[in-house]
Amino acid sequence: MMRLLVCFAVAWVIAVPIRAWAVDPAVLAAERERVAMIERVAPSVVAIFAASGEGGGSGVLISPDGFALSNFHVTSGSGNFMKCGLNDGRLYDAVIVGIDPTGDVALIKLLGRSDFPAASFGDSDQVRVGDWVLAMGNPFLLATDFQPTVTAGIVSGVHRYQYPAGSILEYADCIQTDASINPGNSGGPLFNARGELVGINGRGSFEKRGRVNVGAGYAISINQIRNFLDHLRGGRVVDHATLGATVRTSFDREVLVDQILEQSSAYRRGLREGDEIVSFGGRSIGSANQFKNVLGIYPDGWKVPLVYRRAGQRREIIVELRSLHRESELRAKPKLPGEDRPRPQPGDEPKPGDPPRPVPQELDPHAARVPEEWKHLYEERAGYANYHFNRLMQERTLAAFQDFAALKPLTGRWKLTGTTSAEQPFQFTLADKGLGLKLGADGVFYQPLDGTDPVDEPPQTGGLLVALLQFKQMVTAGPDGFSVCYYVGSEPLDGAGPRCDVLLTQSGQVQSRWLVRQNDHRLVGFDTSLTRDVDACEIRFGDVAQIDGRPFPSSFAVRSGDSEFGTFRVTSVELLPTPPTGRTSP
Amino acid sequence: MTRSVLHCAVTHRRGFPSLTKGRTPLVPRQATRPPAIDQGFGTIVRAVVSAVLLCLGLIADCGWAQPRSTGEAIAAVAPKLVKIFGAGGRRNLSGYGSGCLISPTGHIATVWSHLLDADAVTVVLDDGRRYTGTVLGAEPSLDLAVLKIEAEDLPYFDLAQETATAGPGARVLAFSNVFKVATGDEPVTVMHGVISAVTTLSARRGVFDAPYSGPVYVVDAITNNSGAAGGVLTTRDGRLLGLLGKELKDNVTHTWLNYVVPIGPLKKPIEEIVTGRFTPSNPSETASADRLTPRYTPADFGIGVVPDVVERTPAYIDSIQPGSAAQQAGLRSDDLIVFVGDRLIPSCRVLQEEFARLETGDTLRLVVRRGERLVTVELPLPRKPTRGE
Repeated sequence: MMRLLVCFAVAWVIAVPIRAWAVDPAVLAAERERVAMIERVAPSVVAIFAASGEGGGSGVLISPDGFALSNFHVTSGSGNFMKCGLNDGRLYDAVIVGIDPTGDVALIKLLGRSDFPAASFGDSDQVRVGDWVLAMGNPFLLATDFQPTVTAGIVSGVHRYQYPAGSILEYADCIQTDASINPGNSGGPLFNARGELVGINGRGSFEKRGRVNVGAGYAISINQIRNFLDHLRGGRVVDHATLGATVRTSFDREVLVDQILEQSSAYRRGLREGDEIVSFGGRSIGSANQFKNVLGIYPDGWKVPLVYRRAGQRREIIVELRSLHRESELRAKPKLPGEDRPRPQPGDEPKPGDPPRPVPQELDPHAARVPEEWKHLYEERAGYANYHFNRLMQERTLAAFQDFAALKPLTGRWKLTGTTSAEQPFQFTLADKGLGLKLGADGVFYQPLDGTDPVDEPPQTGGLLVALLQFKQMVTAGPDGFSVCYYVGSEPLDGAGPRCDVLLTQSGQVQSRWLVRQNDHRLVGFDTSLTRDVDACEIRFGDVAQIDGRPFPSSFAVRSGDSEFGTFRVTSVELLPTPPTGRTSP
Repeated sequence: MTRSVLHCAVTHRRGFPSLTKGRTPLVPRQATRPPAIDQGFGTIVRAVVSAVLLCLGLIADCGWAQPRSTGEAIAAVAPKLVKIFGAGGRRNLSGYGSGCLISPTGHIATVWSHLLDADAVTVVLDDGRRYTGTVLGAEPSLDLAVLKIEAEDLPYFDLAQETATAGPGARVLAFSNVFKVATGDEPVTVMHGVISAVTTLSARRGVFDAPYSGPVYVVDAITNNSGAAGGVLTTRDGRLLGLLGKELKDNVTHTWLNYVVPIGPLKKPIEEIVTGRFTPSNPSETASADRLTPRYTPADFGIGVVPDVVERTPAYIDSIQPGSAAQQAGLRSDDLIVFVGDRLIPSCRVLQEEFARLETGDTLRLVVRRGERLVTVELPLPRKPTRGE
């Protein structure tokens, strides 16, 4: 009996605490969910190694055809071809595609498969302080088997601005996390609790403590990267933007325009020194940092809405952003394989290469050489990370001009007639010696083509006559008719519309940006500027119709800067095949 | 001490999405328990748990609105934090820090630091408003200072209702303006972690040199960075646990200790400073008195030492009090004290320490360098120390 009691007592002592301390099923379920999520996203995490076998970092796949994001400071030291490990244990070749030295982003392409496991994008603007996040990657280049390291944390802050320190590298609008971000994590993904990609880990506050995590890591928001993604796909060295104005926070915490360049689009739209910035890019602005955060997420050339206040009056304008750096500043870093990796940010962000860490074993004795199989995927050209990819995007964009393929041989005189939206008859003549427009009863405008500078004719259109000549040139001669032609990237049409691919052409000083809507690959219009720092002539096409047996835009709207010039409805076209004098238009 | 604390992190389990729902028990479900426990202990533990839960219930009944999720807790706590800008800004001395509002009328608790070594400091509220703050009072022995700004209707921690205590394993949040990441109206940084230990930080000079000695929470998150001191540690539902301490590095292991001064012992001095009942003591006196009770000082022998201005000020005699034991023993100004007993004296600080070690009945033997010569003198100890207890 006594023995039984003792047994009971022992059983009670053992059993009760177990019951009392049992783990809540909800916690276990959450744990299982988390483990499953990590298993789901881990295949998209890339361990990047320089082809030479020295140094590396992390990345994340974003498309089945192998495009992967990383940091510029990872790829800049890895050469144009690198080796990438996935958690299937295999090593893949990869080629550099595009770089954003200011935003510290690089796009690479893994090769050899068309079914790469890709991470899905989240919305980084929805990330809230306190949200769970996971950083994945290859800290200290530990993963010789390419299994990514996972560190968990919470979002410590959003919309953080990190000043450039000693270089052009600037982290704007980034996500701050307390998940461990260490050297080697650079370029790896930051996932939200649903396993969606919300950022690219890139930087930590590493002032002290031997360049390891101190509880404050920063990730470039995925929404910023999305703005630049097509630019990067275009093999470019991408630049960030400036408004052409500086701002300061006043004592009353208003953000005021401090200085403004007269050449800037903002100045032309009426913004002046002392004006108060109310909102920018749709976000209200309460500090100079917030302004820089918004500015930092846009590529140059984008049109962004800006609201300002002067003497109590609110004004809304759309400003076109200019590039932040000179090309030479962006190209400052050589990217030669085997060379010492450049240090874009001395002492301030995780860099593969330091601190002391295991050196990855030599992966392939010939790795440093460009793989013969993929050699054709890299094309060097000044100003590009990899011109091969720009060529591909040019081809994709130029396909939109197929609609006008029938016009190709018609290089002679063009006559377009119709009526404007103001019911005025018009006739354009695009001839060899000059360009003319008869508008209404007595409007006559003329642009000679004898080598004189292009002029803004009709006045306030930004140079409509010259713009139409660009169109003629584009459909008859194609990109070969221009001295410069490259794929820029994509942007929302007129600041708020659907995404359009942008192709840029230039002949002389005249620059045109051709806008091809991404969802239906249609040419929706183009902007032609006669020279730098003037308002462009913006032409937006109506539907393409058969007019007098030729495919031609049935109408086109013309505007420049603030002023809407009008819409031209084309009723008749006369497009001659051969130039009467035997010369071609310049 | 410091080293052992660092190694005694308690196993803990972090549920993932459960963070966003429900309150975390203060006593972890998976507390460490010795394998052999007797029934009595189990009962006590359960009684304590019940008592704690009961207390929590009472606290909730006191009218404190409990946030439903971590996100809500963060949203409720962040506005109670302030960014402080003051003296410093030089190498290794940051000119920024953190503090928290403890009254609706602008009382701010923070750490006693070089930052406050200015006539006035700038305090930036969560909404970006800037104020000039003045030091209302300080208790350097607790590393505590209370600032005041002239403002009203501010969000604040109610020290009577919104505080808590927690044990090892409890999940916590830390709020501070670490690295000055946030400026203007940008919210401060939030980190998550677990209390690794509840212990006492004993700051012995020279071995574990710490700015504070007393009870602390040690956390596994890297909370104590530049600018973080004066920030807060809270429970997952936003109740105040303590003030984040300064950066503290172990000179032996080169590891960093993240400690938090519990709010409990701070409540009384805070209240006294706020109500004006606090008698501020000379910070330097209190600080040195706290770290080392000086029994004897050179002044007791009539020796005036040069001001201790740098880390290793040589222990030169500045003056000799006429008629003192020192004068009788033949000591002169400009003598350099090189030995006290057998101990080499590299600095004024060590000199003070050695004098403090003297016991009544000892004989003080000094070796001084005078010009090229070494001179040994012996001095009787005066009967009673003039300071300390």
